[in-house]
Amino acid sequence: MWKTIVRRFLIMIPQLFVLSVIIFVLAKFMPGDPFTGLISPQTDPARIAELTEKAGLNDPWHIQYMRWIGNAFQGDLGLSYTYKRDVADLIGERALNTFWLSLLSVFILYLIAIPLGILAGRYQNSRLDKTIVLYSFVTYAIPTFVLGLIFLFLFGYKLEWFPTSGSVDIKYEAGTLRYYWDKFYHILLPSFTYAVLGTTGIIQYLRSEIIDAKTMDYVRTARSKGIPMRKVYSKHIFRNSLLPIAAFLGFTITGLLGGSIFVETIFGYPGMGQLFVSSISSRDYSVITALVMLFGFLALLGSLLSDIIMSIVDPRIRIE
Amino acid sequence: MAKKNKKTGNNNYVNSPPTGLQVIFREFMKDKLAMFSLILLVVVILGIFVWAWLGIDQQQLLRVSLRDKFAEPGEKFLLGADQGGKDIVGQIIVGARNSMLIAIAITLITGVFGVAVGLICGYFGGWIDNLFMRIIDFFITIPQLMLIIVFITVVPKYTVGAFILIMSLFLWTGTARLVRSKALSESRRDYVQASKTLGTNDFVIITREILPNLSSIIIVEMTLNFAGNVGIETGLSYLGFGLPQSTPSLGTLVASANNPLVLQQYWWSWLPAALFILLMMLGINYVGQALRRAADSRQRLG
Repeated sequence: MWKTIVRRFLIMIPQLFVLSVIIFVLAKFMPGDPFTGLISPQTDPARIAELTEKAGLNDPWHIQYMRWIGNAFQGDLGLSYTYKRDVADLIGERALNTFWLSLLSVFILYLIAIPLGILAGRYQNSRLDKTIVLYSFVTYAIPTFVLGLIFLFLFGYKLEWFPTSGSVDIKYEAGTLRYYWDKFYHILLPSFTYAVLGTTGIIQYLRSEIIDAKTMDYVRTARSKGIPMRKVYSKHIFRNSLLPIAAFLGFTITGLLGGSIFVETIFGYPGMGQLFVSSISSRDYSVITALVMLFGFLALLGSLLSDIIMSIVDPRIRIE
Repeated sequence: MAKKNKKTGNNNYVNSPPTGLQVIFREFMKDKLAMFSLILLVVVILGIFVWAWLGIDQQQLLRVSLRDKFAEPGEKFLLGADQGGKDIVGQIIVGARNSMLIAIAITLITGVFGVAVGLICGYFGGWIDNLFMRIIDFFITIPQLMLIIVFITVVPKYTVGAFILIMSLFLWTGTARLVRSKALSESRRDYVQASKTLGTNDFVIITREILPNLSSIIIVEMTLNFAGNVGIETGLSYLGFGLPQSTPSLGTLVASANNPLVLQQYWWSWLPAALFILLMMLGINYVGQALRRAADSRQRLG
């Protein structure tokens, strides 16, 4: 067991290394230079040369790379040129917003997917089952930004059920109950969008798992002991199907990260995805490189998490 | 199968299994919604190409006319006009054609490359298989969307061709992985072993013997990839990192909804394009699902 985890962890290191090299090279190719905003056409060329020398931009590339990585490990990700702040602080603030959004999304996701998956599997081939299968198909096919915009238009503007942008209304004082409620209210619609789009995999998996379980020996044994079918479903089958579902968590995290770019842009939510899009537009390279690196790390962590849960659940796939 | 046997038996035909096209046809006959999607798709795609080719003058379409700014749907413009007073219907048609062409190009490039890599890895195995599997694992775990966006901003002369190549660079891995796993199990079958014993060279075995047996899976995969590529292209164009500004795309049309005022009051400038994307995605995916069922004898309805 531990061998698997350590092994899997070691595979992550070269992947992270390659990713960091790619990002570093891309950052070098980006148009403009890190002094945009600090200098003007009137600035003395000697001063620019001095700045370049001081920032170490004349060093060979591998030395620059080592310095960049070294600083990143110490939490120094450089300075954001548009926000004039430390990148680590800026991202930390946004990361918390994205974290709450993701947490609620995952919660709603399982809240929708688990009952639907169970019902579809239990009443296989009924009209209910067919409706659920159709639902999961539609949510699979629909692109994130289309659903997000339609939800925003419908529930945000036409019906005015939800706020249409931001993370909290400025009129509430931080720390009060109203403040937290308003925060929750703001992330409700974006996380619902996320959740609806993410349900497909879990519903389909749970459905087929339950259909398979119906013919298993343990279910027949439980039935013959006189346990009502309702209890067999809620106690025996459900518990057996639940663990593999937990393994989806890692993939869900990876999916959420990609989707956050769209969802946060549409709902004007100040998270990491929105920060990425706005940084690309304003060419804020230190923020971009830090975000891509962080997202890469989180995605790798997500797949690692999935593999670990999987190997706990199913001993057959452990690495020998 | 049983039905088919009986029918052919009565007519004293030589009993042969149904060909690929027959299986697909029967599957579509059985699933009315899939048949409907297929017909709708063919009509819409043909319609778009013919209309965009014959009926629309691009120069005139893209001419800004301030008098018609956000003209409401009516006689002059069937679905109204956008911020620049440009006809929405014409833009949807041209945009849809561009989106389709780009998605087709990406699907073909990634398809050819993915199938080639998959076949070689699956058939030969060994170090080349190991190497490509590591590369594919890497591509699957990194944040692809972000890297595509970064690539797009880095490319100095940004054109449609560059966009297609950048997308293809990231999107070939799924096909390669699928084809590899199928080719691996196929290359252990008796017919391949027999062919090897007879001294057939590897290239002929791969292209003439294994590839035809994987064709159904490849067709399904490419149909679903096509749907995915339409989604990614329109999504990126929506964010403003897709097609260059001068080329209309369904995504750029939807992007006008980023302005809350437009989103709320001038719904006709973005909603039709969004619904059009939705319809295309549902249609292509549904056809893909029916093809997938046809390719797997256990799932067939017909």
